[in-house]
Amino acid sequence: MAVDPIHQFQIVNWFPVAKIGNTEIAFTNSAAFMVAAVAVISVFLIGGTARRSLVPSRLQSTAELTYEFVANTIRSTAGSEGMRFFPFVFTLFMFILTINLIGLIPYAFTVTSHIIITATLALSVFLTVLIYGFWRNGLHFFNLFVPKGIPIYILPLIVFIEVMSFLSRPISHSVRLFANMLAGHITLKVFASFITLLGGAGIIGMAGATLPLAMVVALTALELLVAFLQAYVFAILTCIYLNDSIHPGH
Amino acid sequence: MSDGARGTDHRNEPPDDEAALSARLKRLGNRLAHANRPPENGSGPRQTADPSAIARGFRLSTELVAGVLVGAGLGWLLDRWLGISPWGLIVLLLFGFAAGVLNVMRAAGVVHDRQLNDR
Repeated sequence: MAVDPIHQFQIVNWFPVAKIGNTEIAFTNSAAFMVAAVAVISVFLIGGTARRSLVPSRLQSTAELTYEFVANTIRSTAGSEGMRFFPFVFTLFMFILTINLIGLIPYAFTVTSHIIITATLALSVFLTVLIYGFWRNGLHFFNLFVPKGIPIYILPLIVFIEVMSFLSRPISHSVRLFANMLAGHITLKVFASFITLLGGAGIIGMAGATLPLAMVVALTALELLVAFLQAYVFAILTCIYLNDSIHPGH
Repeated sequence: MSDGARGTDHRNEPPDDEAALSARLKRLGNRLAHANRPPENGSGPRQTADPSAIARGFRLSTELVAGVLVGAGLGWLLDRWLGISPWGLIVLLLFGFAAGVLNVMRAAGVVHDRQLNDR
């Protein structure tokens, strides 16, 4: 029996949508799951805020919890001024969280396990920081790269390293989410395939197969944690980066 | 809470006990808002981006790798544009490594963020 833990990440074209030049733009399973995630979020939030009662229903109180959670994250990292980016951060958080959680359902596709998706999200954050930083601070934005109290003779070196450190942000931002989801899902698949492989090896194998089964159960719980944690980490790093564009240097 | 306060303001002559009640509600609201307010940036302890050890480990490793990758990429591009191969790659890879180490130290909190130092 062939075990192919990578197969789950395959992109399948469902139907063509448009054609730009020679490149066909197709509606893929990835796009379908993104649409599904948006639909789930819309139902959750619109349903949760439809009847704004003083004593919240369960759905409303969950929606309020997510709002409070993201708002507190922004206030504690980027200050009250960061709240103008609340829609952006909340969208990123909810989108990534929902996609990660949907990806945990068996046979579902995990959109965030493709680096092109996470890189796009990270680049949108990076460009927001750059554009807003320059629009708000003008050339003072370059203060971000000039730490204080550095002797003048090594300052060019430090500034260069700071610029590279700044440029590496979208990479680490995107790779972290992508690698976590990819590694977690591959591990799950490998351990799950051990169950069937051992189960085919007679009665002793059956007994042995309980070990990877227990492992898969534990890993699923861990993946649930990772799915939430990575969405949170993505959101909080977005806030930290946005803080740089609001207060560069000083 | 602010809605309730606004509602009583517009009313002409609210009865005494109702006014007292709304005043008490308003005071309670103020105190709740005060107690629940999260620490503003810089005043409280810094909230880290790493609530668990796995996330922390992943974050530190990706920070280092990202720095080195950026250095290598920039060096390679510079080599192609200026035709100075392999010097751009060598020098910028070293700078990238330094940037990666700086990233890691910053993420680990060894080097404090300059924003927090300045304020």
